[in-house]
Order: sequence, then C-alpha cells, then structure tokens
Amino acid sequence: MSQKVQMQNNKYKPESMISLEDVTIRYGKYEAVRNIYFDIPKDRVTALIGPSGCGKSTVLRAINRMNDLINGCSITGRIVFNGVDLYAKEVDPVEVRRKIGMVFQQPNPFPKSIYENIAFGARINGFTGDMDELVESSLRSAAVWDECKDKLKESGCSLSGGQQQRLCIARTIAIEPEVILMDEPCSALDPISTLKIEETIHELKKHFTIVIVTHNMQQALRVSDMTAFFNAEQLDNGSGGKVGYLVEFNKTDMIFNSPTEKATKDYVSGKFG
Amino acid sequence: MVIIFGIYCLVMTVPNGKESQFLLRSRPPSEKLIDVGFKNLAIATASMVAIVLLSIVAIVFAGALESMGKYGLHFLFTSNWNPVTNEYGAFTAIYGTILTSLASLCIAIPLGVGTAIFITENFIPQIFKNIIGIFIELLAAIPSVVLGLWAIFVMEPFLRPILNSLNHYMGWIPLFSTGASGPGVAPAILILSIMILPIITSIARDSLNQIPSRLREAAYGVGATRWHTIFNVLLPAAVSGIAGGVLLALGRAMGETMAVTMIIGNSTNFNISLLAPGNTIASMIANQFGEADGSQVSSLMYAAFVLMSLSLLVNIIAQWLVKRLSLKY
Ligand SMILES: Nc1ncnc2c1ncn2[C@@H]1O[C@H](COP(=O)(O)OP(=O)(O)O)[C@@H](O)[C@H]1O
Ligand SMILES: [Mg+2]
Repeated sequence: MSQKVQMQNNKYKPESMISLEDVTIRYGKYEAVRNIYFDIPKDRVTALIGPSGCGKSTVLRAINRMNDLINGCSITGRIVFNGVDLYAKEVDPVEVRRKIGMVFQQPNPFPKSIYENIAFGARINGFTGDMDELVESSLRSAAVWDECKDKLKESGCSLSGGQQQRLCIARTIAIEPEVILMDEPCSALDPISTLKIEETIHELKKHFTIVIVTHNMQQALRVSDMTAFFNAEQLDNGSGGKVGYLVEFNKTDMIFNSPTEKATKDYVSGKFG
Repeated sequence: MVIIFGIYCLVMTVPNGKESQFLLRSRPPSEKLIDVGFKNLAIATASMVAIVLLSIVAIVFAGALESMGKYGLHFLFTSNWNPVTNEYGAFTAIYGTILTSLASLCIAIPLGVGTAIFITENFIPQIFKNIIGIFIELLAAIPSVVLGLWAIFVMEPFLRPILNSLNHYMGWIPLFSTGASGPGVAPAILILSIMILPIITSIARDSLNQIPSRLREAAYGVGATRWHTIFNVLLPAAVSGIAGGVLLALGRAMGETMAVTMIIGNSTNFNISLLAPGNTIASMIANQFGEADGSQVSSLMYAAFVLMSLSLLVNIIAQWLVKRLSLKY
C-alpha cells in the first residue's frame, strides 16, 4: 500500500514543504498510524479526511511535535520540513512550533484579554514591531476584527464559539508561522461561522501552507487543493485494535471524482465513515 | 394508602390503556415526600453550621467583654502580660501569631507550589509523581505533637549553631538581634512550614491538574517554552485554587497550637528577634487557660476573639484577592 502511495506522490511535484516518510506513531505499545508517506505542498491547502479514529489528529499533531506533550507517544520514520528532520536530536520542539502553528478542534483562547491573546504569542516569538498594528492586522486577516475592535480589553473567552475560533486563528497568524495546522477547526461551530472560517482559509493560503483535518467532505472540497484519505484497518494480531493508514493522497478533485482506491470511493460517496 | 394512590396514578398515566413498559412516567407521591424531607433535612444541617459558628463567636465575645472594657484597644498594643498585677496586653502573642504564620507561608508557598508544578507537569514519570504525592499526604498525617517532639529533640539542636551564626554575621538586622539558646520563634516557623506544606502542595496540585489541557496546548501551540507556559498561563489559571489552599494553610498556621507551644518558648516578653523565644495567641491560650481565673480568663477570651477576627480578616482579603487575580476559562 505505502509503496503505491509513494509512487503517486511522485506524479505531483509542486514544491513540497513537509514530507512524511514512513511515519509510524504509537501511543505506548498501541500503534495508531502506520507507514505514512506524503508530501505537503507549499502555499496550498492540504486536507486530511477519513473516518474518526483513523489517526488524522495524530498525524497532524506529529507535524508540529504537539505529540511530545503526550506521555508515551512515540514516532518512527521522518518528518522533513525545509530539509530538516523535525525529530532529529538537535531540533528544539519549541522552535518547531514557532514555525508550524496550530489551530485546535476546540477553540482555546487564553483566559486573557483579546489583545493579550494575540500579543502573548507574538511577544514569545520576540516580535519587535508595533503590537497594536499586529493585533489589528491579525484580527483582520482572521475576519474577526469588526466583532473585536471595540472590546480588545475584554476576555477572549467572552466571545462566541465561532469568534473564539477565529481569534485562535488570528493568534496563530500573528506569529507568522510558515505552516498552519488546523484540526477540525469548524467542528464545534455553526454553519455561518464555518463559512467565515473557510473564507479566512482561502485568504490565508496566499501566504501560508495550510494542513486541515476535517470530517466534512464538502469542506475538504471547498477549501483544499490536495487531499489525503486515511482509513483504519483491523490489526491481524487478533487484539481487535485498529491501525490507521493512508489510503490515497492526490489532488482534491481526483480524490472526489476519480479515486483509485475502492475505500476512497466508498468514503467520499458516503457509504461509510 | 400512599402506595395505593401511587398505583392509581400509574394506571392513570398509561396512554390509551396501551400496556406501557415504563412504570415511572409519573413519580409516586412517596418519592416526592422524600424529596421534600431531604430538602428540609439539608436546610437543618446547613443551618447547624451557622448556629454553632455564631454561638462560638457570641460566647467568646461575652467572655471577653470584661477585659475589653478594662483594656480596650490598648490590649492589642501593649506587651505586658502579668497575672500577678492583673495587667494584660497581648501584643507579644499577636505579633508572634502574625510573624510565625506569614513567615511560614513565605517558606511553604514557593516550596509547595514548586512541588505541585513538578508533579503535575511531565518532568518525571508518572510513578515518581505518585510516590511524591503519597509522601506529601503522609506528611500531613503526622500528628502535631509528634512534630513538636521532633522539633524539640532533633530540629532545634541541629538548627541552633546555624541560627547563632546568623546572629553572629547578621545581628544588625533586628530580626536576628539575639542569640538562639533553645526554643524560639525561628524553629516554630520551620515546624509550621512543614505542617502547612502538604496543604499547599496538594491543593495547588489539584488546581493545576484541573486546568483543561487545551489551555496548555494553546500556549505550547504558539511556541511558548515550558517555563513561559507555567508562569504565564498555567499559574494564572490556577491562582484562585492555589490561593484557596494558601488560605487554608494560613488558617492552620495561625491556629496551630500543640507543635508551636512545644517549640516557641512561650515567653510573654516582647522581643522582635526571630531567634528569641516568643508566643502566639493559640499557644498562650493553651498554656494559660488551665490555671487562669477572673480577668485572666477574660483576657484570654479577648485574645481568642482577636485571633478569630484575624482569620476572618485574612479570609475576606484573600477572597477579594482571588477575585481580582483569577482568570476565567
Ligand atoms: N492521547 C492518546 N493516548 C492514547 N491513544 C490515543 C490518544 N489520542 C488518540 N489515541 C488513539 O489513536 C487513534 C487515532 O486517534 P486520532 O488521531 O484522534 O483520530 P482522528 O483524529 O482521526 O479521529 C485512536 O484509536 C485513538 O483512540
Ligand atoms: Mg481528531
């Protein structure tokens, strides 16, 4: 399987930003995903889709070393970012996260003022410019400026869910990472907020490489250029556990209109998942 | 009767006479009676707390009235405690209470919060975290009289040369202006620190553990280092819980009697030095109540009233502080 996927990758060679090479991730002894290969192209939106529990979040979190925070989580294989293996000994995970930002499934603003929510990360990253300007421009890019401009001193948690999520996007934009990872950013939101965030993503992809996990196939179709379809298969050791793997990685319209794998076809046509 | 009525209700609610498999669509009256009874019981027990508290305050206040009339506020600022001439001023004990409790907090807060951070952030494997946690709880289980004994026979003799060299080199600071020659305020402060350490640690640990992990992820996600995350995100988010623990600890430190009485020296003469023997309100009351009569009893009651007011004041201030400091998430 992985062999075939790798060959497919070679057909499409936009400049790649991140390559996953034979990535296997375990929680303790339990193997969550196995032998993942794919290349994330620069300045494009790459969507990760698949049924829940197949390891999309796990793969995404591996890309900015968020899994380091989980006890017992280990990874083999390589994730190469700008030519550097992110898991090499001399790589500092803190620096990785400054270059590869993340927006989480649940909006998680800091319990600080809206202004501080943006300024906090910027300050950590040693921002030397005009902070007021940065706050405004980040909130504007995340399409939440109009709702926030009159209450920058109020707590970020006083916003609605959709506004909080856009605040979190703004916070991530503010540190100007090269890549933005989004883990089902709209799953806790209403349709209107979802649309707004998708518009934001369209704006952002001019300047950022975006990887987005979504369980919403329409969303993948709307926002992404490339799509990776993950699935989980029963382990053959009889333990009843499942292991996630990459079924197919291709241009989004190819995945949705003429998938090569049967599982992909079944999934995108809504037969399971 | 009640049961028959209950069954009647059940039968009535079966829709269209269709056999229903759910028997409790409407609750039997007996159950509702239990609800009402339970509510009243809860009200009664809750008001017991208030009644007991208020009557304690009232009785202490009544007992203190005589002394209050006689010495007024002077009582708080004079340190002359003389049952022979019937002159009473509690300044030594008040100073001792405030000094020992605040100083022990100064030692125990950094230690306790530091330990809590150490065992909640993943510095060490889970098993060591658990072991440290168990030891801290065991520390809280040592009876104070045992700690007092340990303080007298082990800690104080061990500390004495250290305290004396403090006096030797830093004697110009009033707090170290006397030599150490046995029980005194400094060992009492240390023993209090040991006693309140488990309270602060376990409450700080619990409040750090309660911080949702998405907050931690948010901080790491924008590239914060571990220390930055701890000091700028986690501690502010946990501060109200930690402050609650500190308060409990302060209450314990101000009221702690046995271990302090055994090691503080129980001197009613005022001395500003930490190394000299001193007194606290609690240990003074414990020491003198047995043989006291007349206006001495009343003065001790007055001292007790002061102690209660101090705790109340501390509580009010702390609650205000917690409200100001806490971040809402
Ligand atoms: N922190 C964790 N500890 C142990 N197992 C986990 C953890 N997070 C996820 N898993 C397991 O890894 C598998 C993949 O999970 P996840 O990456 O969250 O899937 P998805 O995001 O595709 O729904 C699941 O079987 C899940 O139970
Ligand atoms: Mg997920």
